[in-house]
Amino acid sequence: MTALLSVRDLHVGFGRDPRANEVVRGIGFDLAAGETLAIVGESGSGKSVTALSVNRLVDFGGGRITAGAIVLQRGDGSTLDLAQAEEHTLRHIRGRDIGMIFQEPMTSLNPVHTVGRQIEEAFRLNRGLGGDAARTAAREVLERVRIPDAAARLAYYPHQLSGGMRQRVMIAMALASSPRLLIADEPTTALDVTVQAQIMALLAELREETGMAMIFITHDIGLVAGIADRIMVMQRGVAVEQADTAAVLDHPQHDYTRHLLEAVPHFTAGRATRNDGTRGTATAPLVTVDGLVVRFPVGKGLFRKPGAVHAVDGVDFDLVAGETLAIVGESGSGKSTTARAILGLVQKTRGEIDARAGRSRRPIQMVFQDPFASLNPRLNVESLLAEPAIANGQRKDAALRRRMLVLLERVGLPAEALSRYPHQFSGGQRQRLCIARALMLNPDVVVLDEAVSALDVSVQAQVLQLLIELQREFGLAYIFISHDMAVVERIAHRIAVMFAGQIVEIGAAGAVLADPQHSYTRRLIAAVPAIERRKEHYTVDATQVPSLVRPAGYEPPPAHWREAGPDHRVREESA
Amino acid sequence: MSYVAQRLLTFPLILLGVSILVFVAIRMIPGDAITAMLGTEAGLLTPAQRASLAAYFGIDQPVTTQYFRWAAGLLHGDLGISATYGKPVLQIILDRFPLTLELALLSMLIALLTGIPLGVLAATRNERPSDLMVRILAMLGQSTPSFVLGLLIIYLLSVWFGIVPTMGTFTPLNVDPLANLGQMIFPAITLGFAFAASVTRISRSAMLDVLSDDYIRTARSKGASQRSVVWGHALPNALIPVVTLSGVEFGYLLGGAVIVEQVFALPGLGRLVLDAISQRDYALVQGTVLFIAMNFLIVNLIVDLLYVVLDPRIRLGGK
Repeated sequence: MTALLSVRDLHVGFGRDPRANEVVRGIGFDLAAGETLAIVGESGSGKSVTALSVNRLVDFGGGRITAGAIVLQRGDGSTLDLAQAEEHTLRHIRGRDIGMIFQEPMTSLNPVHTVGRQIEEAFRLNRGLGGDAARTAAREVLERVRIPDAAARLAYYPHQLSGGMRQRVMIAMALASSPRLLIADEPTTALDVTVQAQIMALLAELREETGMAMIFITHDIGLVAGIADRIMVMQRGVAVEQADTAAVLDHPQHDYTRHLLEAVPHFTAGRATRNDGTRGTATAPLVTVDGLVVRFPVGKGLFRKPGAVHAVDGVDFDLVAGETLAIVGESGSGKSTTARAILGLVQKTRGEIDARAGRSRRPIQMVFQDPFASLNPRLNVESLLAEPAIANGQRKDAALRRRMLVLLERVGLPAEALSRYPHQFSGGQRQRLCIARALMLNPDVVVLDEAVSALDVSVQAQVLQLLIELQREFGLAYIFISHDMAVVERIAHRIAVMFAGQIVEIGAAGAVLADPQHSYTRRLIAAVPAIERRKEHYTVDATQVPSLVRPAGYEPPPAHWREAGPDHRVREESA
Repeated sequence: MSYVAQRLLTFPLILLGVSILVFVAIRMIPGDAITAMLGTEAGLLTPAQRASLAAYFGIDQPVTTQYFRWAAGLLHGDLGISATYGKPVLQIILDRFPLTLELALLSMLIALLTGIPLGVLAATRNERPSDLMVRILAMLGQSTPSFVLGLLIIYLLSVWFGIVPTMGTFTPLNVDPLANLGQMIFPAITLGFAFAASVTRISRSAMLDVLSDDYIRTARSKGASQRSVVWGHALPNALIPVVTLSGVEFGYLLGGAVIVEQVFALPGLGRLVLDAISQRDYALVQGTVLFIAMNFLIVNLIVDLLYVVLDPRIRLGGK
């Protein structure tokens, strides 16, 4: 059997001298018709560049194939070396033979064209359909990717659809030409975990239906366990291991693969939670949140109905010293708004937030998600670290400098870092800087808003370990906001699950994860990709998060709580 | 539509501010109206004659009284009588405005028709020789003073091609379109050259931004041709800054192009204001400036409405 795609000794470089700046250095693989290959690696491993080289989109990003062959078997049985092909030939390969879906559904659709027009374009280009035929085809393919009310959605613009819906539109577009190879470049990374599970299930189903081959790029080895036939692990531009999925997962040969498998936090349904909780010994809570409500008014226009987005709607919890409370939930659940309200970064509508003044006048500090965007690029590390102290009226003296050096050392950065600028650090190092900055004022509580989500898995594991050590050393309490259940399992003592602005379940981490009571918590946990559960089938489910926009004067019905264990409370669900 | 209504409601407020500013500003220029009008003969006037002239023009009253009188007239659409022309200010403006409007429209047409394609071309050939050529041309266009270019055009036409642009009497468009265009095309090119240079630069940088966006890669992955990617997917997303710039430039041109009008001897709004200021023709200056401000507001409103047409995210709300 000849391979559908055969890549041999592929080298890809960038810049003026591509040979000197090679990002992919000798990759080779074969892909049979209908087969799925997962390419797994961390950022900078060259996995996306490899994928983009296959349909030569890499040319438009400044990349050059410096050596190697990419032989594709076309529909008529002839073969073509894509590495040598001319642009006008490649144009007919793209879309027709090779479809592609991308990581960012938010930015991958043209904002000024309707989704219908964009899907119809794919049919026009690759099947020669026009007018009504294209419109009908577009509607049918939207139905195939399970978009409810497909005919009406054709007239929507991308910004009117949610991330999951947009990714379905992307898939619909790629399917328009019935490609024999689909390249999926981190297609679910930007999506919520339950949406991710739906998209993965959809891709698996479509693969069964169409018999297309897939190249699936991801940083999450657990995610592809259920869908890939073979896995190729990439590191610094070379493939360190390539074998059947089962072999790679169960008997990894290369150190880096083993490292990746260990670094990826595997979700174990509450068996790996921490047992150094301080709840039993603590005297009084450090922070108490009681009936927190945050609403943002909408519809101030003349003709629109007034109302409010109920971002946070009646949230209660407390936090003791030395404890981590994880707030988990999907986008729009109100978890970040809760965190921001605690710091006073958004105005609360009502409710009480009591923070006991402890060691510092500013007992609560925050670390944000994006380490690239949350450090001012024009300030050096010394100024960055001094800023919170200066903002609180301290002077930049020898004592402050000593504290900087102590903290830098503590987060694992050299003293020379003081005179450097943020762009000279990697993502993980920057997040360490953000943590050091948050600790400058000696706080009692640190709010970590998706603080490890943007980091590569192995870096993520190190930063999590650092956070746990700092917690023990300084007796810090953490409010850890995250969408990632596996990460939460590693760091949380207690977990609060938020859905649509409310806590639906709260309690000891082990109890909540091992014995989830609320239907939403169960759904969330079922959607977590896990190597152990790779044989299980996840059904496509189109449940949508309810709208949080409520008419003026709306109050949610009072919450009824049920005790499910010693430290485990669940909100009763209305029938 | 409520948006347009809201914007229209702010117009009177802005115009009130402009009217007060121009009213005060023109009176702060040293020298008085009567001396400016009569020149050396003003010295021959007796104090009584001078006082009666001042009373005739109403400039003997306190400034506030003068303002309220003038503002009351405005509410009836009466901009006052020009002291130099002895005609209603509104009529003088409306006589001159068609020329200025036509000149501005022609220049913008030239600028958009050459600037956008050149900008797009430069962006798609980033850092290649043709991009460099376009950038040099654009730099030249922005840095050449309009009188230099205007004189150069006249020189080239008359010396090399033997064509002498008609000067002196201006032929309106509705009288003889061909003769009119013959008169207007060269000043329009002069103004359009610099305008086109700005349009080229802004379309180039907007296109460069857009061409690196994710949805361009998506379009390519579907197999779209370079032409369809550039003109169909990228350009509509790059138009917002082009529209913003064109609106501002067009608004300026509607205030008249003093230098080009002078070089080509065209009776437009620019020379009207200039003459009115040197003559201390208070009513005419006030009326013209107010008229120009009004045009600017309308152009800005049109620009905002164009955003709504161009970008569905503005049209339909959302991020």
